[in-house]
Amino acid sequence: MSPLLSVRNLRVDFPTRSGMFEAVRGVGFDLGRERLGVVGESGSGKTMAGRAILGLVRPPGKVTAERMELGGESILNLPESRMRRLRGSRISMVMQDPKFSLNPVMTVGRQIMEGYRLHTGESRAAARDKALEMLRAVQIRDPERVFDAYPHEVSGGMGQRIMIAMMLAPDPEILIADEPTSALDVSVRNEVLRILDRLVGARGMGLIFISHDLNLVAQFCDRVLIMYAGRVVEELPARDLHAARHPYTQGLLNSLPRLDRPVERLAVLRRQQGWRDAPPEGAA
Amino acid sequence: MTETTRAWLLSDAPQTRRQARMGALYQGWLTFRANRLAMVGLAILILLVLVAAFAPWIAPQNPYAQNLAERLKPPSAQHWLGTDALGRDILSRLIHGSRVTLFIVGTVALIAPVIGLFVGTVAGFAGGWVDQVLMRITDIFLAFPKLILALAFVAALGPGIGNAVLALAVTSWPPYARLARAETLTIRNADYIAAARLQGAGPLRLLIGHIWPLCVSSLIVRVALDMAGIILSAAGLGFLGLGAQPPMPEWGAMISDGRTYILDFWWVAAMPGMAIFIVSLAFNLLGDGLRDVLDPKGGRE
Amino acid sequence: MVQPDMTGQPGRGTPPPAGGVPSARAARLRRRARSLGGLVLSLALTLLGLLLVTFVIGRVMPIDPVLKVVGERATQAQYEAARIAMGLDKPLWQQFLLYMGEVLRGDFGRSISTGHPVAQDLRRVFPATVELASLGTLIGVCVGVPLGVVAAARRGGWIDQIARVVALVGYSMPIFWLGLMGLLLFYGILGWVGGPGRQGIIYDGMVPTVTGLILVDSLIAGDWAAFRDAFSHIVLPASLLGYFSLAYISRMTRSFMLEQLSAEYVVTARVKGLSERRVIWGHAFRNILVPLITVIALSFGSLLEGSVLTEIVFSWPGIGQYITKALLAGDMNAVLGGTVVVGTCFVALNLLSDILYRLLDPRAK
Repeated sequence: MSPLLSVRNLRVDFPTRSGMFEAVRGVGFDLGRERLGVVGESGSGKTMAGRAILGLVRPPGKVTAERMELGGESILNLPESRMRRLRGSRISMVMQDPKFSLNPVMTVGRQIMEGYRLHTGESRAAARDKALEMLRAVQIRDPERVFDAYPHEVSGGMGQRIMIAMMLAPDPEILIADEPTSALDVSVRNEVLRILDRLVGARGMGLIFISHDLNLVAQFCDRVLIMYAGRVVEELPARDLHAARHPYTQGLLNSLPRLDRPVERLAVLRRQQGWRDAPPEGAA
Repeated sequence: MTETTRAWLLSDAPQTRRQARMGALYQGWLTFRANRLAMVGLAILILLVLVAAFAPWIAPQNPYAQNLAERLKPPSAQHWLGTDALGRDILSRLIHGSRVTLFIVGTVALIAPVIGLFVGTVAGFAGGWVDQVLMRITDIFLAFPKLILALAFVAALGPGIGNAVLALAVTSWPPYARLARAETLTIRNADYIAAARLQGAGPLRLLIGHIWPLCVSSLIVRVALDMAGIILSAAGLGFLGLGAQPPMPEWGAMISDGRTYILDFWWVAAMPGMAIFIVSLAFNLLGDGLRDVLDPKGGRE
Repeated sequence: MVQPDMTGQPGRGTPPPAGGVPSARAARLRRRARSLGGLVLSLALTLLGLLLVTFVIGRVMPIDPVLKVVGERATQAQYEAARIAMGLDKPLWQQFLLYMGEVLRGDFGRSISTGHPVAQDLRRVFPATVELASLGTLIGVCVGVPLGVVAAARRGGWIDQIARVVALVGYSMPIFWLGLMGLLLFYGILGWVGGPGRQGIIYDGMVPTVTGLILVDSLIAGDWAAFRDAFSHIVLPASLLGYFSLAYISRMTRSFMLEQLSAEYVVTARVKGLSERRVIWGHAFRNILVPLITVIALSFGSLLEGSVLTEIVFSWPGIGQYITKALLAGDMNAVLGGTVVVGTCFVALNLLSDILYRLLDPRAK
């Protein structure tokens, strides 16, 4: 089966006063109907790679790639009008903090209906039904009331579920989740993850799960990309993470505390210049 | 500047407090210098100060000397900017008028922020009813239309340049008070204030030694941005005949003189207006540049 | 900046309560109504202060109000009688209470220069100023808001540069001088507009007064010639005020928009696949509407005041000209009456923008 999304040698560059800043330097992967984790520290280019796929890198940033295909069709630097038709309807994204990613002066219902109506052309009434259905799907108990609520009136965990409902309403094939639980209380994280997992699985979607949390990704995803300094340094199945070969991945793993293997002092990650340019480990 | 001085100024690891402070100033200057428009503003203002300082030597003629035979003459080689209704040389009057303008702006810019700083920091620091009362007074002054209040003050005190300055200062302090209060509220509960308090610093010492210095930089930016407004208000008072009294060559009053002849002898009113425009534009450019240096987060924008 | 301070409203910016869905819309409205009560109270205090300041200014004036009434040649007995009749022999606090009572009844005394009651004069001159300031604000909003939005959306582009120059010149130009130059060019040289004043002489008093706004009144009367005449007189001063208003409004709009366009919900809107136009106007712009209303109200207030100089230049029979003339004539009743009216308008505009803020912003507590 051909992959949903295929990316080769993706680069994102920003001109700065002191020369080009290369945020993403040759990232490549294929995404099927699976949960793909992308792990890296802040500044490793994982967020920028996600935005490049959605065509959301604003000038003066520049996106280049050998290949960027959605369902076999190139989406690299498509004209904005054609890209708009893909965004939301075929690829969508959930961002970190619902406090900031929901429009504060629009009711939740209107925000959910907006994208759905744009891509399906449905009537207001049908869109309302769909929005309520989606709110129910993300396990919101009183959808009618939340529908008329403003974002500041809902809690963080509820906000993120609303965000998921909103982004999945037009039935996209791919969802990019950029640190979707980092801003949430630990107590509601698992709930949001479970909902996300169930919906993505039931719809047979591809999920790109961007996170800095190695353990979380290992539990939640099928496959993991480790990014460092704008490159993929290692790619491996999530269950084999403990067998990672790249010293950066090993370093990340060793710097995490483990209950089953307590140590006197946690190891400190030692970065090496060579990682920046070496070819990735594992299957590419 | 030699390379070593430069290196000393730009050092990442300053050895002394003086070096650190000089370094910070130099960095600020570099940022400011990169803003070409701000440099233009600065250049105009330096020129203005020089012109004001050396006015008697620069001015081609006596600004008060009347010559009715030469009245209302258009710009010419003899009178570069023409003459007014009393045959006085407009250029000379503009040059001498720069002293009046600088006097008004300088004095107001000194008095108003100081009143504002005092009221605002005391209100913010003391809190409680002191805050309530002071801020209510500030609100009352803010509720007044500024120019009309200034007009009423000048009318009550009698027209004249000193009273015009006083009126402008009395009407322009409230925004500074609000700004200073807001700054004070954010730093009042900072840990280092608590630390100073634990060391036994009294409220007056905290206010003068710790809070005032931190409010000053944002006040300076605000003053720089307000300078143009002060010039325009002062010129407005002069235009209404409530500022500097004749025969003092005040720019606003000069426009008022030219108003009667506007349709036939345009230059009498046009020239002083250009002078006001150029100087307040310079202050605006300078203010924008200063804001970028001192307040990178941006105050007005 | 010549414009008033942005933070003229008390009691702003309390963060919304976190978490949970509150009962319903009704609760929201109830909470807002309660906080409005406090607001009205604080504004009443401000108005009281306004009266106090005008009262003090009136007493400080080096002009003897009694002498103005009885004339220079009155006898000592006449003078004393007038003094007592005017209540000036009473203690100051009683005088203030009397003054307050009169003002609240709408009685500002008699103007010495016009001979009419001040209140009657104000009814005549105030609409002229309102007409001018409203048209100016209308121009400022219609041009300034789109200009500011586009400048922010295309930051650094040529429209942004133009907007910057327009604002910079607006902040630096003496309004009375620009008015004179405008008169010189459009009236003196080109002859495109009517000259100083509100109407041509032949139309003076021809249109029955309904609202006091001549543009509106002439439309009500169906008198097209009078409308055209009034328009040709108002267009230049209104454009002038409009220019200053638009300089301010466009700058504020731009900075509000820049702040909103960098917000995360804008990315969300783009992810949804919305067009850029819809992202800007449907999402970002909706978020600046409320602060923008405050800016527009303030700008209208500053035009009421800024019209003092403009009215002098254009011989516009409005409140600014009325106050200035009264000042120069030492006519204190007229000055104080005018000042109280303008100050009250300022306060009322603040109140209005605050009410709108509380009603329109879902986040307002």
